[in-house]
Amino acid sequence: MARVVVNVPAEAKRGEVIEIRTLAGHPMETGFRRTQLGELIPRDIIRTLICTYNGVEIFRAELHPAIAANPLISFTTVATESGTLEFRWTGDNGYSASHSATIKVV
Amino acid sequence: MRFLILLLFPALGAAEIPQAERRSGSEFMSRETRAMQDDEITGPAVLWLLDGEALWGKLGCASCHGDAKASMRGVAARYPARVGGKLVNLEQQVRHRAPQLSYESRELLALTAYVARQSKGMPIAVQAIQPHLDAGKDLFQRRQGQLNLACSQCHDDNWGKKLAGNAIPQAHPTGYPIYRLEWQTMGSLGRRFRNCLTGMRAEQYALGSSEFVELELYLMWRARGMKLESPGVRP
Repeated sequence: MARVVVNVPAEAKRGEVIEIRTLAGHPMETGFRRTQLGELIPRDIIRTLICTYNGVEIFRAELHPAIAANPLISFTTVATESGTLEFRWTGDNGYSASHSATIKVV
Repeated sequence: MRFLILLLFPALGAAEIPQAERRSGSEFMSRETRAMQDDEITGPAVLWLLDGEALWGKLGCASCHGDAKASMRGVAARYPARVGGKLVNLEQQVRHRAPQLSYESRELLALTAYVARQSKGMPIAVQAIQPHLDAGKDLFQRRQGQLNLACSQCHDDNWGKKLAGNAIPQAHPTGYPIYRLEWQTMGSLGRRFRNCLTGMRAEQYALGSSEFVELELYLMWRARGMKLESPGVRP
């Protein structure tokens, strides 16, 4: 289930530093573990998270094995203008999830 | 070394924890893990709560029970309870009309977490149902497994000390189902029991077995009055 949760303040003052928290439901299988029969469990991780603010990329993360399942990624940005923040996660096995949030800058 | 001490002095302690000294497992956690549990917007258990809310509608729970926020309030604090002459825990009651949800499946954990969430902050109030309560207490205090240990030897007599670097909690089931960092996922109290039994090298019971439900009843009764934290986060 590609469930994601994003927390963006609904309203902010112009120039204010805002915190954005993102949570993505994902097993983040490292690719190093084996089953009880000794077979390697194939890697299955999120590779990237990209956030754009009114079309401009403001944050990008590359994820690697050994990052915990259901990764919580939090970052800050400056509230410049009202608009939309778009989030996009991509990963192994065609994993893809997206979310958008609106912010009102006063 | 600690095992050795336990084996040498088996008769020490063996008393229930006084009411005033009871502490939830969350009080033994680091500040960071507590913050994760308290985060109701982006805490890891939120993923299961959202799934549970969706299942509540999809499985038709709402057609009898209506809005879970009202109808399920306080329910988790009363289980295990006797339903139709049989002692059942919360998971078993949650799947009473949806037996296709197997124990420890993502769906059952999500729905149980969603139901339990509605009782967050309420005091545990299970009935002392006999003979199940005594059976659970007996299981808790009975030595078992190759290490010949009883649950109570750690959780009644030696709580607060360390076992392999980890604090030994008092075994109050205040936050189930829990998101356990070691599991990297949500799990039930039954799964947690099986963890301890593996550590004791004892015979396992099946998930949903009467032994586990009786043990759950005893532990909930032992934690009566403590606040529910479900869905909790544990290390």
